[in-house]
Amino acid sequence: MIEFPPGLLLIIGAIFVPLVPQVVRNAYMLALPVFGFWGLLIIPEGVNFAFDIFSYTLSPVRVDGLSLIFGYIFHIAAAISIIFAFHIKDIVQQMAGLIYAGAAIGGAFAGDLITLFVYWEGTAIASVFLIWSSKTEAAYRTGMRYLIIQVGSGVLLLAGAILQYKATGSLDFSKMGLTGLGPVLIFIAFGIKAAFPLLHNWLQDAYPEATVTGTVFLSAFTTKLAIYALARGFPGTEMLIWIGATMTAFPIFYAVIENDLRRVLAYSLNNQLGFMVVGIGIGTELALNGTAAHAFSHILYKALLFMSMGAVLYRTGTIKGSELGGLYKSMPYTTGFCIVGAASISAFPLFSGFISKSLIIAAAAEEGHWVVWLILLFASAGVFHHSGIKIPYFAFFQHDSGKRPKEAPTNMLVAMGIAAFLCIAVGVYPAPLYAILPFHANFVPYTTTHVVTQLQLLLFSALAFTYLMKTGLYPPELKSTNLDFDWTYRRMLPKMINGLGKVFIPADRYVRMVFLIRVEKVIASVFRHHGPEGLLARTWPTGSTVLWVAVLLGGMLLIYYI
Amino acid sequence: MADQQRPDDKLYWLDEDKNVKKIIWALCIACALSVIADLFYHKHIVYAAEDWVPGMYGWYGFIGCVFLVLSAKLLRKLLMRSEDYYEEANDD
Repeated sequence: MIEFPPGLLLIIGAIFVPLVPQVVRNAYMLALPVFGFWGLLIIPEGVNFAFDIFSYTLSPVRVDGLSLIFGYIFHIAAAISIIFAFHIKDIVQQMAGLIYAGAAIGGAFAGDLITLFVYWEGTAIASVFLIWSSKTEAAYRTGMRYLIIQVGSGVLLLAGAILQYKATGSLDFSKMGLTGLGPVLIFIAFGIKAAFPLLHNWLQDAYPEATVTGTVFLSAFTTKLAIYALARGFPGTEMLIWIGATMTAFPIFYAVIENDLRRVLAYSLNNQLGFMVVGIGIGTELALNGTAAHAFSHILYKALLFMSMGAVLYRTGTIKGSELGGLYKSMPYTTGFCIVGAASISAFPLFSGFISKSLIIAAAAEEGHWVVWLILLFASAGVFHHSGIKIPYFAFFQHDSGKRPKEAPTNMLVAMGIAAFLCIAVGVYPAPLYAILPFHANFVPYTTTHVVTQLQLLLFSALAFTYLMKTGLYPPELKSTNLDFDWTYRRMLPKMINGLGKVFIPADRYVRMVFLIRVEKVIASVFRHHGPEGLLARTWPTGSTVLWVAVLLGGMLLIYYI
Repeated sequence: MADQQRPDDKLYWLDEDKNVKKIIWALCIACALSVIADLFYHKHIVYAAEDWVPGMYGWYGFIGCVFLVLSAKLLRKLLMRSEDYYEEANDD
């Protein structure tokens, strides 16, 4: 049986996209992840394709339980995103999407740090074209910021890999502790892509600026590749528990007041990553299973939510909560799919989030992290509040905006339908997902306690929303920008550099002026002596010249003597 | 904000206030039922606080959400700028 490195099929396939006729191009592009997925079903576990280059051993393909589950879901996400983008004729976006997905898949199977680095940068460079393809000035600027941060993460990874090689003599990508500069740099590189607090703003900056279809691709790969990498390299690192808990809690405050609904989703994506990071930090088998399972279901419902908002943006030209409302009347299917996504991210029983997030929360409770456990419960209530209710409510219900857009195009509905079906299927019948988790799982999500307590949490959160709405306490959707940490590099630093310029320029001008005056004086003095009227410009008799030469020679002699 | 219902629109079920009220009542009843349910089964808990009063999770969720929204509202005073804030910055 022919084995092919996972991910490479999509990348090589992408190169031929321009050559494939328009009529069959969609089918061709969809075939790539389908065949890739089939390849995963037959690939043997272990290290494949290992080879030596110079004195380094590279193992570009390493297959085990952890890489496989990410490989499966990345292929599914690629297929769904491609269907959602069937109406696109733009070759740049088509190629970028495929290469991006392929690089993420390749990264999930990278057995050494150099291969990981190559794929890591591949995702950065390919994905920026999905942002630039919006072809607006804002998207261009956002794309530049995104690219600098993403490539910067890759550079840190490479530097860390080199230091790690010097320290251990191996490039193997496996579990490392935070000992030494190498692993610390690698940890920060992963942290940037996983959107750790204060390193997170590229996400909320970039995803809402990408194209309607580009954001669906973006939502699936970059951050989840980082989650995979953290789970591979740093399981059980206690710091991650607190980093993750912070990630679950603080973005939801922003999500409540954000007006751009795709940015709301970006904030809630950040919050969901937090759950996975907590799971990695706890590091038990239950917790790591939880992280893998949650990444799987998260990719599906997040893509579904981004697709439904993408469809709204595509049909109405806006995605601002302040301008939308009442769309359920003319986009009933999109509304329905959005609600499925909302129920899944909120972890309603019978939806995918319920059977995956609970592994992480249960692990936090079992290990005695009660503060973290309380934060996770709060964040669970909060995510229902801003993603589960706010997104569908402000887009499709609330007051009637008078907009009556057409229902989403068929290909979009099909893509959303597949994602919605999988969200429910995974929620109703989680056994197949549990079977592909990295560790043996005997977790039972549907216990009376769990179902009832989860329903209480969610129903009362809905009640809180209703109460706040009815009493007018709920903050209205307003056209606004909310300052986040990116303010430091988008406003403060440029201002500081400007401010420095304001001090520096006059100082520089003064120094130049003083220097110029000196030069002018020198020129004037030279002119005085050598100019037409100058002392040294006069004609002198030969004798006096001889005298001067003699004086000079005498002087020389004297100096020589001394 | 006023509804921009179009005159030629057909009237949807949700357009009527009495139906919206029905939904709110249904939600209240569901909440009450979920609390009452706590009395009828043995709760498997890790922390004692999970079972102090019936519907502990519900109260936590309710208070958590009200806290979330009200503090986010306060945060707006500190963080909210005009929509083209960063574009203005670039024109400097």
